[in-house]
Amino acid sequence: MLHTVNRSPFEKSSLESALRLAKPGSALLLLEDAVYAAVKGTVLEEKMREAARRLRVHVLGPDLQARGLEEGALIEGIGVVDYRGFVDLAVENDKVHAWV
Amino acid sequence: MKFAIQVNEGPYQHQASDSAYQFTRAVLEKGHQVVRVFFFHDGVNNATRLASPPQDDRNVGRRWTELAERYDLDLVVCVAAAQRRGIVDEGEAERHGKGATNLAPRFRVSGLGQLIEAAIESDRLVVFGD
Repeated sequence: MLHTVNRSPFEKSSLESALRLAKPGSALLLLEDAVYAAVKGTVLEEKMREAARRLRVHVLGPDLQARGLEEGALIEGIGVVDYRGFVDLAVENDKVHAWV
Repeated sequence: MKFAIQVNEGPYQHQASDSAYQFTRAVLEKGHQVVRVFFFHDGVNNATRLASPPQDDRNVGRRWTELAERYDLDLVVCVAAAQRRGIVDEGEAERHGKGATNLAPRFRVSGLGQLIEAAIESDRLVVFGD
C-alpha cells in the first residue's frame, strides 16, 4: 500500500496518523508541504529515521526543489522520486491512500 | 493500468490541484489510462472558464481543459458541490433560473455515482487535496 501525505507535519496531524497506522514494509510518499518532514534538523528527525527503517519513505523531488531544499538535507534512507516515480509507486502498490 | 483521479481542492489554494495535474500528466505520458478525473468539494472551482490569472502565471483551469482535449479525458464536476459554489452548466442554469453559465470546456456536471463508478472501473484511485 502507498500512503501519501501532503501537509506539513507542523500544521496538521496527517503524517502522524500515517506513521501510526501504516504497516511495516508499506510505502510512504511525502509531497507538497509534507516534504518538510523529510529534512534533517527538525523535532521530527528521530521519528522519521525510525519510519525510514520500517517503511519505504519517498519525497517528491519537484516539491523539495520548489521549497529550496536540497537532497543533501534529507534524512538518510529517504528516497527522491519525480512525478513519473510517483506513478510507478502507485502502480507497484495495490492501493493508494491519501491521509488528510 | 487504469487510474481514477479525485481532486478535492480549488486552484491557487494550496497545491493539490497542481499536484493532481502533474500526476495525471505523468500517468498519461507513461502510457497508462485515466478513466475519469472527478472534481469534488472545492475542487469544482477548477472548472470555471471565467478565471483570468496573470499572463505569466499558470492557468490551472485551462490546463485541465487542454489536457482533456489532448487525451480525451472525462472531467466530471460533482453536481451538489458545483451548485453550492456557483459552477453552472446550461442544464443547471435553466433548472435554477440562472442567467449565465461558467463551466469550462471539456468539463461536465454529474453525480457522486461517477466517482464510485470510476473507483470500480479503475485499478487505482488517487486522491489529491483535503
